[in-house]
Amino acid sequence: MGILEVKGVNKRFGGLQALGNVNLSVQEGSVHAIIGPNGAGKSTLLNVLVGKLIPDSGSVMFDGQSVLGRKPYEINQMGISRVFQTPEIFGDLTVMENVLIPCFAKRDGSFRMHALESVRHEKAIFEQAEAMLDDVGMLDKRGMHAASMSRGDKRRLEMAMCLVQEPRLLLLDEPTAGMARADTENTILLLKDIRTKRGITMAIIEHDMNVVFSLADRITVLAQGTPLVEDIPENIKGHPKVREAYLGEAQV
Amino acid sequence: MFGLERKDTTLFLVVIAMTMLAPFLLNPFPQGSAMAQFNAGYPDLMQRFVIFGIFAIGFNILFGLTGYLSFGHAAFLGVGSYAAVWMFKLLSYNIVPALILSVIVASLFALVIGYVSLRRSGIYFSILTLAFAQMSFALAYSVFTPLTNGETGLQVYTSDPQYLLGNGPNVTHLFGLEMRSTTTLHLGNWSFDFGVGYYFCAIIMLISFYVAIRIFRSPFGMMLRAIKSNQTRMNYTGLNKRPYTLAAFVISGMYAGLAGGLLACMDPLAGAERMQWTASGEVVIMTILGGAGTLIGPILGAGFIKYFENIFSKINDGVLHSWFSWLPDGIENFVVKVLAPFFGEGWSLSMGLMFMLVVIFLPGGLVEGGRRIGAMFGRGKADPAPAPKPAE
Amino acid sequence: MDALILQFLNGLDKGSAYALIALGLTLIFGTLGVVNFAHGALFMIGAFCAVTLSKIFALSHTTIDPEKLDFLGNPAKIQSPYLVEWFGPNVGAAMIDWAVPLAILFAIPVMIAIGFIMERGLIKHFYKRPHADQILVTFGLAIVLQEVIKYFYGANPIPTPAPEMFRGSIDFGVLIGFDPNAIIYPAWRLVYFLFSCLIIAAVFAFLQFTTFGMVVRAGMADRETVGILGIDIDKRFTIMFGIAAAVAGLAGVMYTPINSPNYHMGMDFLVLSFVVVVVGGMGSLPGAVLSGFLLGIVQSFASMNEVKSLLPGIDQIIIYLIAIIVILTRPRGLMGRKGVMEE
Repeated sequence: MGILEVKGVNKRFGGLQALGNVNLSVQEGSVHAIIGPNGAGKSTLLNVLVGKLIPDSGSVMFDGQSVLGRKPYEINQMGISRVFQTPEIFGDLTVMENVLIPCFAKRDGSFRMHALESVRHEKAIFEQAEAMLDDVGMLDKRGMHAASMSRGDKRRLEMAMCLVQEPRLLLLDEPTAGMARADTENTILLLKDIRTKRGITMAIIEHDMNVVFSLADRITVLAQGTPLVEDIPENIKGHPKVREAYLGEAQV
Repeated sequence: MFGLERKDTTLFLVVIAMTMLAPFLLNPFPQGSAMAQFNAGYPDLMQRFVIFGIFAIGFNILFGLTGYLSFGHAAFLGVGSYAAVWMFKLLSYNIVPALILSVIVASLFALVIGYVSLRRSGIYFSILTLAFAQMSFALAYSVFTPLTNGETGLQVYTSDPQYLLGNGPNVTHLFGLEMRSTTTLHLGNWSFDFGVGYYFCAIIMLISFYVAIRIFRSPFGMMLRAIKSNQTRMNYTGLNKRPYTLAAFVISGMYAGLAGGLLACMDPLAGAERMQWTASGEVVIMTILGGAGTLIGPILGAGFIKYFENIFSKINDGVLHSWFSWLPDGIENFVVKVLAPFFGEGWSLSMGLMFMLVVIFLPGGLVEGGRRIGAMFGRGKADPAPAPKPAE
Repeated sequence: MDALILQFLNGLDKGSAYALIALGLTLIFGTLGVVNFAHGALFMIGAFCAVTLSKIFALSHTTIDPEKLDFLGNPAKIQSPYLVEWFGPNVGAAMIDWAVPLAILFAIPVMIAIGFIMERGLIKHFYKRPHADQILVTFGLAIVLQEVIKYFYGANPIPTPAPEMFRGSIDFGVLIGFDPNAIIYPAWRLVYFLFSCLIIAAVFAFLQFTTFGMVVRAGMADRETVGILGIDIDKRFTIMFGIAAAVAGLAGVMYTPINSPNYHMGMDFLVLSFVVVVVGGMGSLPGAVLSGFLLGIVQSFASMNEVKSLLPGIDQIIIYLIAIIVILTRPRGLMGRKGVMEE
């Protein structure tokens, strides 16, 4: 029984079957990659997992509870954090504040009317945030305006914001899309580091095979909205069905 | 001090000093001198400075922090005034119950309007608040005439019950302390007025300002800024923006109701024109002119606009002629002709132009302007918002 | 029945004004993505174009006729307009009488010029800034424009009558088979309605049948792609802004005989026109027109005594109520595209 169990999920947009009978099981502590050619339904699947889309049928269970019909913030409170393709951070705020906010969300839940308390009196939360920034090597940038940082740093900050919540499942949506080679390498190192140090369960949607094969424990290949195969990376590499899915058009 | 950071304490002390010494500071010119018309130190006007200061401080908690632009806040000011006058009519001229009811009624009103309006964001939110405010305005003139006395405006009549009046004063008072009583201090050619009403309003404003500082520095305030910055990330960080924005909306509505109640406490009248959308536009202008999202900005903006409205508007052609009488006649007439549209009756033209210039070139308002000038003289080096540090 | 028809007709002239202003607003929003709070001011400036022209036409010089005495016993002053002197009593007097319709010719270039200046000088710098900033700067501009008009024309409404032949009423009931005097309708309002239909048809035809219009419509649907095709969409959008300004201006010109213009008429109409745009659907031209007429007519029906006695005050708030319900239940409006401005 995995921590995340997707069973028989279907989603249609008009005449297009975006997801057809998707089954997926992510084991606790593993890094599970979901790959597939463009239009295979990867993003649709991710949006179902975080509550942005509601599937037509099927079930999505996280740790024994259904996530369907819940709002994104409720799903986050259940323990699922998400990293976006383009880093979503609080650009107008400082780096430190960016990390403080998820700390508060973790401690106080989705809403608390702490309007007259002072942020700077929250010592425990500050220490938590500082330790996190230190971990990702950004402590020296704590006072910086988040919007003014490089893309790589933004990615790093977003990761820190997710990790500081100690999620039970981290969803990553093409974390290296559009990145320069060096930034991609850094991100891989960061993710590897997270895996060995924290043992956080991750589900990665990724295009870049280099990233996938250097990180994943298991890989699911999605094509035309349906899982083709699921296996360990070594077996995926030469799998005929996978080649067909990726190179299908060329052979016709 | 006061549980504030050093910088905020300094700011708060400066504001305390300014409001307490306002009767001196705003009356720098001796009576009878040519410049005396620029004196703003009379209680009536000073009251308006601080009351609209409260209104703008509250508006800033919504707009400055969350970025939700409401064009209907005057409605809360209006109902605050009506509620206060009703307390005068039913109980007595004591302002305490009046102010309490103003705040309660305004907050309920804000809760309802906010609950509906905040289901949308961006310009839809602005238009919803606008629609609600215009609806309240229209209703105050029609269906709710029994409550608002329509176009005449709500006022206290001798036939009103005033159950608790007894032998109490027949003017608004705080447990016997009459709001309109004034002491005048003469020093040589100068004279300074100390009004009870002004000082009462000033103290209320200082309390409001203090609460606003606390809100700005609280985790709640940080969440509101996060909403303005990135709602997607907010959502995926496990935070529900709806109750946060609604709380901010209601708090700012309470500030507006308090301001409306105070207006009625200074002059026991209430009219629907206080609710019109252009009145809501005024508080928008004040806040942005002063500096939205800054602590002191709204107070500066409110003072600036009210000073303009009351002092600038008195500069007519005659005054202009006397200013430029040292110029040769032809040039004098020309200069006066060019300047006249911007002074006197034309003050709102100058205000509109200034507002546009601020929105275009100085989005941080007067506060940012001050900072830039400071930086030019090398005092404050480029000073980005410092990272919050934990208390030692 | 005749009362209902009368209310329907009464709704048409207000609805025409709403539709014309909303058409321009949504044209600007759809093409430029700008929320223009100064659009009401353009309507107001249009109205003052009519005022200006009728003032210019009425310019006259005064001669004193010693033969006649006025009621105070002084020699009577005779005003003789220059136009009458130049063109003779027939043409000259007719021009003065027809000042408002003639102001259309005067207003078109003026309004297009104002639109160009506004777009090039101010609005274009706000394309990339948030909607709140656009609202604020155009709100400031609206204040400035109305104060300028107030400075030159004063604060009081200036009566500007329609041509003599349209000043009366027509018995509309007789035309459609009712008894005489059942439906009496002011002639000018009918003119206004027909005029606005003409303008609306012209705008739609322009967008539908010219290459220029095609590019603009494509730009409304997908700005980037059109930009990639190497078409200078910005220049066309400037022209669109000029056209939108002209439409608002013409709506104002022809509205003067219905309501004497004053400096704050723009602000009065602005709020309602925004409501109209929202109800019709942000960025939808047919939606704006439809909801303009619809809301005008609904408002007119709501002000019938029978309705008012049932729901007092409903005529004052019906439009806002509809807007609130529409925004909450169908944020894209009656005819808006899916996804526009929806959360």
